[in-house]
Amino acid sequence: MEQTTKDHAELAQEFNRDEDRVDWHDETLWFIRAKRDKAAHNIPEWETLREAASQIKNNVLSNLHNYLQQFEKNAIANGVEVHWAADAAEHNQIVHRLINEANVVRMVKSKSMLTEECGLNEYLAKNGIEVIDSDLGERIVQLAEEPPSHIVLPCIHKKKEEIGEIFHQHLGIEAGISDPQFLTETARQHLREVFLTRKVALTGVNFAIAETGEFVVCTNEGNADMGAHLAEVHIASMGIEKLLPERKHLGVFLRLLTRSATGQPITTYSSHFKKPREGKKIHIIIVDNGRTVQLGRKDFRNSLKCIRCAACMNTCPVYRRSGGHSYHTAVAGPIGSILAPNLDMEKYVDLPFASTLCGSCSNVCPVKIDIHDQLYKWRQVLVKAGYAPAAKKAGMQAMTWTLSSPGLYHMAGKAGRWVLKHAPFAVNNKLNPWFKQREMPTPPEQSFGEWYKQNGKKK
Amino acid sequence: MTVGLFIPCYVDQFYPGAAIATLQLLEKLGVDVVYPQNQTCCGQPMANSGFEHLTKGCNELFIENFADFDYIVAPSGSCVLHVRDHLHDDKNPEAAKNISHKIYELTSFLTDVLKVKSLDAKFPHKVGMHQSCHGQRGLHISSMTELVAPEFSKPGSLLQMVSDIELVHLGRKDECCGFGGTFCVTEEAVSVKMGKDRVEDHLEHGAEYITGVDMSCLMHMEGILKRQGSKVKVIHIAEILNGIG
Repeated sequence: MEQTTKDHAELAQEFNRDEDRVDWHDETLWFIRAKRDKAAHNIPEWETLREAASQIKNNVLSNLHNYLQQFEKNAIANGVEVHWAADAAEHNQIVHRLINEANVVRMVKSKSMLTEECGLNEYLAKNGIEVIDSDLGERIVQLAEEPPSHIVLPCIHKKKEEIGEIFHQHLGIEAGISDPQFLTETARQHLREVFLTRKVALTGVNFAIAETGEFVVCTNEGNADMGAHLAEVHIASMGIEKLLPERKHLGVFLRLLTRSATGQPITTYSSHFKKPREGKKIHIIIVDNGRTVQLGRKDFRNSLKCIRCAACMNTCPVYRRSGGHSYHTAVAGPIGSILAPNLDMEKYVDLPFASTLCGSCSNVCPVKIDIHDQLYKWRQVLVKAGYAPAAKKAGMQAMTWTLSSPGLYHMAGKAGRWVLKHAPFAVNNKLNPWFKQREMPTPPEQSFGEWYKQNGKKK
Repeated sequence: MTVGLFIPCYVDQFYPGAAIATLQLLEKLGVDVVYPQNQTCCGQPMANSGFEHLTKGCNELFIENFADFDYIVAPSGSCVLHVRDHLHDDKNPEAAKNISHKIYELTSFLTDVLKVKSLDAKFPHKVGMHQSCHGQRGLHISSMTELVAPEFSKPGSLLQMVSDIELVHLGRKDECCGFGGTFCVTEEAVSVKMGKDRVEDHLEHGAEYITGVDMSCLMHMEGILKRQGSKVKVIHIAEILNGIG
């Protein structure tokens, strides 16, 4: 995975060097947002459904300890082995141990953002274990040695011609092929061999049902099922927040998930896993990795309601024009920007500022997370914790003095307008980021305040 | 009824025309308007940058200037939203709370309080209406494309009362323009790209003017239009409703 020290603004600026590509990226994701709108508008009770989902998750978050224990008890009764991981390192070690116990050095894995968050692939590679991602998009970025740029559409930043080139280099097809059907068939043949030969398969978990101890994995490609059904050992990694109290609640969440994600009524495969077949094993790893800390942050606990649909990314005008990699974290976009600072404030200090606070993310969120309000609140937390750059701090302090005093304000306003009028070169230069691609406003003769003194009604 | 006129700092300094139009429009509609001359800024630029803890002085000044009015009206959705959501004063919490209940963005004051049914205004031009996010998604002055809910627009309903105006349809009705306060300089590349795309939507649909309830969004788009050498102008909605044109 690429390591970067550049912040969102710098990475976004790089992404914007190719404007045609930005347009293409924006339009591709806008198309998905439009499909989501159409799907939502076909459900008259859509807003009620969102509210129900939000309330169910409120219940889960408020009673998480009970639901987790209930889930564990029922899963064990079903013959599943349950493991608890406090953090990413422990999760990765458990997976490694389970692979060792199965006496293999290769594993197939369907999509799991949790394993991206934990850096599982890199950890296992260092320990001599080969992992092949079986989700088509994830396989493509894996071959390209890049992280996913989107949690539902991992290679949405790649054009079909580029995918053809990757398959040419890694899967041996002829150069210059970009026919999607041909490329998909190539991936199908390649992955089939993987599915048939791997003894251990790892999947993510979309929903875990406390009432029954079962879990549900949603995919469009059936790749989770292919992996899990053909392997001897099925490892399922889940964050502690994936729980639903009862099976009937799936009726709410499965209706919301894919309509929000891609505009489909439901995922092609919504597979329920409850107990291992004769002679096979199922392991569930329940992972905290900072979630209980977030649960303890009153203003941010709601972020744990997230069901990873990515609607907030598709609608985000910044994400569409900066690309997923500009967020330099496993979960990009608005939701990632409120989750990541919980894991590392210093590393992700830039993300809550990578937003205009337009609020579209909160409006599409199927579980009604107040995403843009949390972005605002994270900004306050990060500045107070001392992560604001010194220059910004000094600027804000100066602005505060000026704006807290009417006398200073009027003087500064007058001076500013005078400079714009008589010495525009002082601001119309490349040191002023506004002026780089925009003209400054034309300074008027008088401010409104000055006009009012002359023309306003006399008291 | 006495209304305190709150003019955002950058409107005061750079767009007095929008402020004058707001004042004249309210007076024409029979409202007693007072402009407290010691006002400066609501504190939003600091707060949105993560420095809400520095806005104490702005908050106290705002309360001092505006606590006594029946209503407070401003030609801006964004500044009004900030005051509604974030104005606070530990010494005087009641006054802050009262203000947040009686402050209005101009167009919603016209539709909801004055209940304006007709306007004496004419604007024989093709106009694109920019939905500023804070007014729309924050103050709910119009419906939002993300939500499954009936369509409405308070500023739109007022523009419909203007003679000879032609409102153009847009490809994306309520996408953000990318201004975003300090975002416009800290994330310059994305901010400008968002602005260019928004402007392009209006140009493509034949707008001669881009209007909206927030001069900040319009200032950003004006900067881009001017750099492109475009003849298309931005105009605050108050100036159209006040009948200049």
